[in-house]
Amino acid sequence: MTAALLAHEPHRPADVLLRDVRVLDPRAGLDARQDVRVHRGEVAELGAPRTLPAEAQEELIEGDGALLVPAFFDPHVHLRTPGQEHKEDLNTGTRAAAAGGYGGVLAMPNTDPVLDSAPLLRSLEDAATRQARVPVGFLAAITKGLQGEQLTEMAELREVGALGFTDDGLPVQSAGMLRKALQYQRLCGGVIALHEEDRTLSRGGSMHEGPVSAALGLGGIPTVSESTMVARDAALAGYERARVHFQHLSCADSVEAVADAKARGWRVSAEVTPHHLLLTDEDVRGMDTRMKISPPLASEEDRRALVEGLRSGTIDCVATDHAPHARDEKEVPFEQAPMGTTGLETAFAALYSGLVRGGELELELLITRMTAGAELFDLPAPTIAPGQPANMTLIDLDAAWIAGEHGWQSRSENCCFAGRRLSGRVLTTLAAGAIVHREQALAPMAVR
Amino acid sequence: MKHLLSIEDLDRSAIERIVERATRFAEVSDRDIKKVPALRGRMILNLFYEASTRTRSSFELAAKRLSADVVNFAASGSSVEKGESLKDTVLTLSAHKPDAIVLRTPWAGAAELVSRWCSAAIVNAGDGKHEHPTQALLDVYTLRERLGGIDGASIWIVGDVAHSRVARSNIIAFQRMGANVTVVGPPTLIPRGIETLGCEVRFTLADLASADVVYALRMQRERMSETWVPSLREYAAWYQINAGRLTARQVLMHPGPVNRGVELSGEVLDSPQAAITAQVGAGVVVRMAVLYELLAGAKAPSPRRQRSHIAGGDDQPEPSTTDALAEGEDSDGAVASGRRHGA
Repeated sequence: MTAALLAHEPHRPADVLLRDVRVLDPRAGLDARQDVRVHRGEVAELGAPRTLPAEAQEELIEGDGALLVPAFFDPHVHLRTPGQEHKEDLNTGTRAAAAGGYGGVLAMPNTDPVLDSAPLLRSLEDAATRQARVPVGFLAAITKGLQGEQLTEMAELREVGALGFTDDGLPVQSAGMLRKALQYQRLCGGVIALHEEDRTLSRGGSMHEGPVSAALGLGGIPTVSESTMVARDAALAGYERARVHFQHLSCADSVEAVADAKARGWRVSAEVTPHHLLLTDEDVRGMDTRMKISPPLASEEDRRALVEGLRSGTIDCVATDHAPHARDEKEVPFEQAPMGTTGLETAFAALYSGLVRGGELELELLITRMTAGAELFDLPAPTIAPGQPANMTLIDLDAAWIAGEHGWQSRSENCCFAGRRLSGRVLTTLAAGAIVHREQALAPMAVR
Repeated sequence: MKHLLSIEDLDRSAIERIVERATRFAEVSDRDIKKVPALRGRMILNLFYEASTRTRSSFELAAKRLSADVVNFAASGSSVEKGESLKDTVLTLSAHKPDAIVLRTPWAGAAELVSRWCSAAIVNAGDGKHEHPTQALLDVYTLRERLGGIDGASIWIVGDVAHSRVARSNIIAFQRMGANVTVVGPPTLIPRGIETLGCEVRFTLADLASADVVYALRMQRERMSETWVPSLREYAAWYQINAGRLTARQVLMHPGPVNRGVELSGEVLDSPQAAITAQVGAGVVVRMAVLYELLAGAKAPSPRRQRSHIAGGDDQPEPSTTDALAEGEDSDGAVASGRRHGA
């Protein structure tokens, strides 16, 4: 029933033989060189390398040991539709997802107008069936217009396909308001995802509060702006036995608050972004507006705590918080610039280059955390097993590239990793049974 | 030196070079004809996004004493009010091919940003709460005139450090010149982490007597509405520099304009310890030295040859020195918080 909740453009089901690839699927306990056959969009069989014969009408992709993993899932992207299509739309955003190896994404509702009504959700789902390269699901707003004053018609929104609710971009500042949403969740279900920020603490800030903000004369956002709200809302979730998901954790105290909530058995989960796992407030020193992000890039100590939280499972998954902004919107003084970085096209390569090659995280664990987002929102986890729809990503781990050197699939170019030399290139992405991305240099090796 | 964006870009010898050149320009100010032809035919654009009388007019005077042409462009009453972005404004004004742009904005980092968008030399005349490098240079100049040198001097910067670009530039510049810097103010107005700039942090004036120089910052009345301090009365009780606190051997400085009776009492303002008028005078000669350094110094780019100017073709009326410098100016502009949209 859940698959229907994700919408995508019509696909031609793939018939492909991936020859001699290293299949790494932590959920299936698999890490071995294999041939993988996809027939009519489903995984048909796996076999020892170079043993499966290529069949007629089947595309042959020579893997030569390239890595094949379940397609990544991103529970947090901004596709800017409706209303801000100059930044991104359903097509460009999901093409960026495909290029990054993602087989599914969840779009946030802070659009213009806000996604807070069933008719708007229906129209977006309809648009996705014509425009989305990879399956896309939608979270609806918790409060009407993200105003924090009145609940959306959550039950009706669930009936027409909302996978959950969030006021992302803004916190639900009032504890009483959030409590009502958590109570109402018992009727309608749906994960409630929370952007945590106490605006009375963050107001006037445009970066992490610390030595760098002091030196630059930029207003600081203290980490307690986030962590106190995580602790507050975890307690509310515990009290109401509700299911909440904490978005884009950014600091050590928040990780600790989530660990504490999990230890108490409260139904909470959490995500972290590649940029918070890899960058710190030191990267803001040049006042590059691509580094202006909400929540802000914090200290090295915070960054390490986030990596450790991801490793231990306190943080369940990686989410990009892909937040496109037009060039002219970011080409302004730092304090004037909107918050956010794009991330779909660089997430794996940045994390692989920084954390796996840097010795901070194992590859297998990274794959687990980059695919875990689906289950958190009650969707089937992508896995490479016979009978399953083909959701898989082929990666050349040794291919080095400069982020952004050949442009982006996204309509926007505000990527915090732009210009960095990264290792790990997505060669091919299969989502919902179809080939949705091919790296340009990798033409089909042989088609018979 | 191509631009003056941050005091961080100047090492001790560069600061000394500018200050020493300013000393030579001081002679010009004492002449009947206060003009030298050093920058004749050069065009300097004053682009000010914040109200400023003191800084703008001293840059204007400095440019004119060097015989440069000056165009003033204030954000109010211009295309900026019609929604033009900083970049578009700069690109538009660059069509007039200014040799230097003196830029004042309420946004940190704006001067550096502008330096990437056009070929003119950029002088940061204040970018948000970040820096005000020419203020730091004129303060170093003033102190050297007073004390001979500031190596080993103890300099206390008192007041609203959090919102002060003057504080940030001076903490760096004074230390680079060998002084020890202490910042003191209410804990709500001392930014977390400021000690990483090398200064000492205090919250009371108890040991003020140990300071050689007391540098008071402007306490902006707007801060009251945001309850940074409970009241101006309580602020004055704890942090006002007055005759009871200032000793005869100390030098008193302030970037102006002064809130008489708040951060400074009237009697110290009018006392011989006060170097505040000297600071204003130093503003012109130091800015002459900065403009000279950027446009005629050894490493400055040579003048573009394609343009010709009528000699002495300065079509702007010369403001009288006293009028231009008498009015108040907000040297620590408030900074609007950034827009937020998206994530």
